[in-house]
Amino acid sequence: MTTEVALHEPSRAADLGLRLRRAAQGRALPVATVLAAITVIWYLAAIGLNHDRAVDRLADADQAFTWSDVVGTAWSLERPVLPTPTQIAGNIWDNTVGVATSRYEDLPTAIERFFGHRRSLVYHTWVTLASTLVGFALGTALGILLAVGIVHVLTLERSLMPWVIASQTVPILAIAPMIVVVLGNAGLTGMWPKAVISAYLSFFPVTIGMVKGLRAADPLQRDLMRTYSATGAQVFWMLRWPSSISFLFPSLKIGVALSLVGAIVGELPTGAQAGLGARLLSGSYYGQMVSMWAALILSALLAMLLIAAVSLAEKLVIAARGGQP
Amino acid sequence: MAGHAAQLQETRPDPPVDPTPADHPVVDANGLSLVFPSPDGPVTALHDINLAIGRGDFVSLIGPSGCGKTTLLRVIADLVRPTGGAITVNGGTPEQARLDRSYGYVFQAPALYPWRTVIRNVELPHEIMGTARSDRRAKAEAALGVVGLEGFARKFPWQLSGGMQQRVSIARALSFDPELLLMDEPFGALDEITRDTLNLHLNRLWAEKHLTVIFVTHSIPEAAFLSSKIVVMSPRPGRIVEIIDNPLPPVRELDLRETPAFLEIAHRVRVALRHGQSYE
Repeated sequence: MTTEVALHEPSRAADLGLRLRRAAQGRALPVATVLAAITVIWYLAAIGLNHDRAVDRLADADQAFTWSDVVGTAWSLERPVLPTPTQIAGNIWDNTVGVATSRYEDLPTAIERFFGHRRSLVYHTWVTLASTLVGFALGTALGILLAVGIVHVLTLERSLMPWVIASQTVPILAIAPMIVVVLGNAGLTGMWPKAVISAYLSFFPVTIGMVKGLRAADPLQRDLMRTYSATGAQVFWMLRWPSSISFLFPSLKIGVALSLVGAIVGELPTGAQAGLGARLLSGSYYGQMVSMWAALILSALLAMLLIAAVSLAEKLVIAARGGQP
Repeated sequence: MAGHAAQLQETRPDPPVDPTPADHPVVDANGLSLVFPSPDGPVTALHDINLAIGRGDFVSLIGPSGCGKTTLLRVIADLVRPTGGAITVNGGTPEQARLDRSYGYVFQAPALYPWRTVIRNVELPHEIMGTARSDRRAKAEAALGVVGLEGFARKFPWQLSGGMQQRVSIARALSFDPELLLMDEPFGALDEITRDTLNLHLNRLWAEKHLTVIFVTHSIPEAAFLSSKIVVMSPRPGRIVEIIDNPLPPVRELDLRETPAFLEIAHRVRVALRHGQSYE
């Protein structure tokens, strides 16, 4: 028996080593390691940054306190400089499930409260998502139209391209309030100014990517069209457009993330009515770091979700085209 | 193979009224020249080209790199315009011939559209020309049959070997029954065994379908095996050195390449090529 165990022991160790190595090659272990490191650093930083406020509060109580009291208080301050992940998760929970399970006179059902109540983060996320999607659609359409024009008309490339590039060198924070005011005068309020700001940011990567993509067909593929005396429209739909698809999706991934940024920035000068941007703004007005972080985390999750959706669309399109990008 | 060719002919409409009389050359070049500017001064790609290609000819253009053989083919196809001299294709301008879709062009590379299946690549010219949908599929399938690729219609180009891809591009060029087939080193990138097979295929196609073929190559055996007429060209400036008639019977076997008659033709081509070099 003992010899058997002795024989098995090293092989088991090797097996574990192999598994660890496999896990390291995969994504799970590296991601978990980084996440654990961030969590540890976060809690330590929370002690450091909240230390003074925690000590002040403990001193107010006129009682002797220990180091562990300081740590405990630093991690549970109502208005911390840096809230802990636990506090942020608690805030997100309170403002989603918590709202749904509370009683509010105006909204009778839990589902209505979950999606529609002003305290619900789901509601604010939806407000931001709606203008992100509309702005993304507008920006993508504008970006593609500009690219088509630039590719087909030589003078447009010379006259338009410098403006396209210049448009992105202007800080969006400077332009956003102007857009809100101008569109407000024209009677467009609510979602539209935000969508326009999103479109303003997201058309750019689409134009740049598609100008390259619409020119990506190789010379022989273009000569082939000429031997058939194909019309300009036929060359566009049968050659230029399909060969640009592999350039479109990377541009869309950047574009959708910029659309979200645009929507959030657009919510700042509207006086904090609704949306994740409004939550960020009101959080900073009232020094509510916890709710600011909650809005921040939700916007990060939303961005990941949007990019994942574009990636999925890309995979489906590539699969329909025979699996070759 | 023969069966498929016959099948393809059956799907053809009645022979159209011949737009050009039988004695009219398909291609007729007189004093043709092409000079294009370059940073080092003008380059003469073609100089004083005189060439008549008759209906049913298989003409090979052979010569070293830079002799203008591809350029000449592109002039015939109206992919580039000459700067001097005269050329007619089917009795009219090359542009008119292109607008009439009177030739099929096979490039050095297959130039397939990777997002289309094999059958939809072969259907491409029909989509552009506005062939009825049902006709389109039938013609494309028949053309794939001619090159022996019936079973690969639903595959994508990347799933096929290089030789098969080039056969798809030949099927695409044949699918709309052009009178004239222009081929620019179509087998240049293929291994010798595949090339032999495709040469045999092409010889049968030409003989059975009475095509007129203009074929660019830099292989002497390929030119001698396929052609009824071999045009030997030379570079700087690109010009014709000699035109050699090939009297061998039209339907040929690979074994032919071992016979004295074949070797004699190959020898004459080789001498002409050397002659062209000695001008430098």
